Amino acid sequence: MTPFVEALFLQAGYNATLVAIGAALLGFAAGSSGTFLFLRKRALVSDAVAHATLPGVGLAFIVMVSLGGDGRSLVGLLAGSAVTAWVGLLVIEWITRRTRLAEDAAIGAVLGVFFGVGIVLLTVIQTMSAGRQAGLESFLLGSTAGMLFQDGVVIAVGGSFAVFATWLMRRPMTLVAFDSDYAAATGYDVRRIDLLMMGLVMGVTVIGLKLVGLILIVAMLIIPAVTARFWTERSSRVIWIAGGVGGMAGYLGAALSASAPALPTGPIIVLVAAAIFVVSLLFAPVRGVLAAILRHRRFQVQVHRRQGLLALAAKHPIREAYTLRLLVREGLVRPDGVSTAAGRAQAAKVARDERRWDAAREIHQDAGLTGRYDGLTPIEEVFTSDEIAEFDRLLGPPVAVGEA
Amino acid sequence: METQAPRSRRLTIAAEDGRVSGPEDVPSDAPLALRGLTVSYSEKPAVFSVDATFPANSMSTIIGPNGAGKSTLLKAALGVIPRLSGEVFVFGSPIENARNRIAYVPQRASVDWDFPATVMDVVQMGLYRKVGLLGRLSGQLTTRAQDCLDRVGMADFSHRQIGQLSGGQQQRVFLARALAQDADLYLLDEPFAGVDAATERAIIDVLKLLKSGGKAVVAVHHDLSTVREYFDHVFMINVRRIAEGTVNTCLTTKNLQATYGGRLAAAHLAQLAVVEGAG
Repeated sequence: MTPFVEALFLQAGYNATLVAIGAALLGFAAGSSGTFLFLRKRALVSDAVAHATLPGVGLAFIVMVSLGGDGRSLVGLLAGSAVTAWVGLLVIEWITRRTRLAEDAAIGAVLGVFFGVGIVLLTVIQTMSAGRQAGLESFLLGSTAGMLFQDGVVIAVGGSFAVFATWLMRRPMTLVAFDSDYAAATGYDVRRIDLLMMGLVMGVTVIGLKLVGLILIVAMLIIPAVTARFWTERSSRVIWIAGGVGGMAGYLGAALSASAPALPTGPIIVLVAAAIFVVSLLFAPVRGVLAAILRHRRFQVQVHRRQGLLALAAKHPIREAYTLRLLVREGLVRPDGVSTAAGRAQAAKVARDERRWDAAREIHQDAGLTGRYDGLTPIEEVFTSDEIAEFDRLLGPPVAVGEA
Repeated sequence: METQAPRSRRLTIAAEDGRVSGPEDVPSDAPLALRGLTVSYSEKPAVFSVDATFPANSMSTIIGPNGAGKSTLLKAALGVIPRLSGEVFVFGSPIENARNRIAYVPQRASVDWDFPATVMDVVQMGLYRKVGLLGRLSGQLTTRAQDCLDRVGMADFSHRQIGQLSGGQQQRVFLARALAQDADLYLLDEPFAGVDAATERAIIDVLKLLKSGGKAVVAVHHDLSTVREYFDHVFMINVRRIAEGTVNTCLTTKNLQATYGGRLAAAHLAQLAVVEGAG
């Protein structure tokens, strides 16, 4: 673990430090700007856009070489990738709006065709004699080996811009993601907001190409937002939690991959993000799987307890084994099925509350309150004590349960 | 999708005082006027060449059978879906210049209620245009949003997650969001669809208060039995305009038959006709 700890505290050398900081910044930018993509349910568009960057990389290389350069200028390659990614995005948008094809078909078509063209271009470039073509394929899965300070600057500047734009445009994007019809009726240009949302995602994709690669960048855009959704019920918070999850995944992933020579950075970052997702899925307080199971259990216990006590009150035998076990455990019934004094008292209370509810429905005018009857909510939580006293006057004196 | 409204082919003349006067056949005070509105999803028009004028100080309804283009008419008028042709005037000016005077209540089922937002968040969406990108949603505006929730009987629900609301409560929240806009014209798409009786009552009370406050209300409605009770003005559509006017003059057996064709059972028709005789 020592190399990991070293990497964690940025003590693993210049390159590892640069990669860790770059990955954290990229993760934060991707997580927050991917939030609205997820909320708009258009996550997969980003995958097509990412794949559409590849022909741009190839074309930019060819153009730069034919102009006499060596074709390795990062800014040039990224500019090229942005151009074809934008074209891909517009094609998806055009197909969806102008043809009968649905968005999923448009995504599939653009993703496949653009990626195919990109691979062809890369193959052509391999046979070219001019330029230094080695390393272009690292845009597929990312590479940290030769990361330069200027690569980090690109991520820091581009990432900050994406986060700032996401924050600035949060209201229109929230509105479009939640209710695009209302947004349009209120006068927002939904198409332009959608394009802006995708443009931000495209920008993050482009700056992340070098580090994570175009195949896995979609995971950094989507997993943090999906994870954040487990921890909050408000979109304004999803943005920042997603940024935090993305940043943490980027940092931890980079540190992990720096701790051993054979661990690829991009995929490790994605796996760390996935691990945070799984933990959230299982253990998040309200929406998590465990919380849901516990809630269901508690509800089940309430239902069985009430059924059992009502059966006691009516002097019916308790047939369900689970109900009996529950009441025995609480000391309300003896294992042979005979009620204890405490059980009789509780049964009398439950039975009386049922009759109080009947009385409430008869005399109470507020349907909103009587409508809250579900057999489980204690009547004291719904009505005041003087109201309950009023019901009791209607019902007569209490009746004991279980006495001969 | 926001779409470009077709450019008006008619000339609009900028008057000396800077007001733009529309075509002569548009009553200048009408909250909502449609001229030649046509919407088509493919070659078959869903709404064909519809003229309509919804009067001020009244509760208007758009009725017609399923698939007659009621909701489509509303959405196309608002520019939510593209219109093939036609013009829309709000209080006498082209709708693009009067967006801030309109509040729209879409169908409840058109959104995903698992969206991460509280009731208050949704109501505040009605204030987004007012506060812009950077304005703070606090103090007076929060009070205003809370007041709108109070008007629809949801004052205690402001912090509730919207996924936990019943259908009727969802509809009330949508209405509160429209109220927060403080508009002059309220357009509602099937506000009573699938809501409980108490909510229907609450919504109609709010709408009647709006009307008595001088606002105009236009609602797409599907329940013929309550048209007379709730509305003053009726617009009957089945792709084309069938009839429009006050409820008493318009809701006749003949018009109902023309609108609904064979889809309206004879018994139902007779029942409505009885009401008609009584009114």
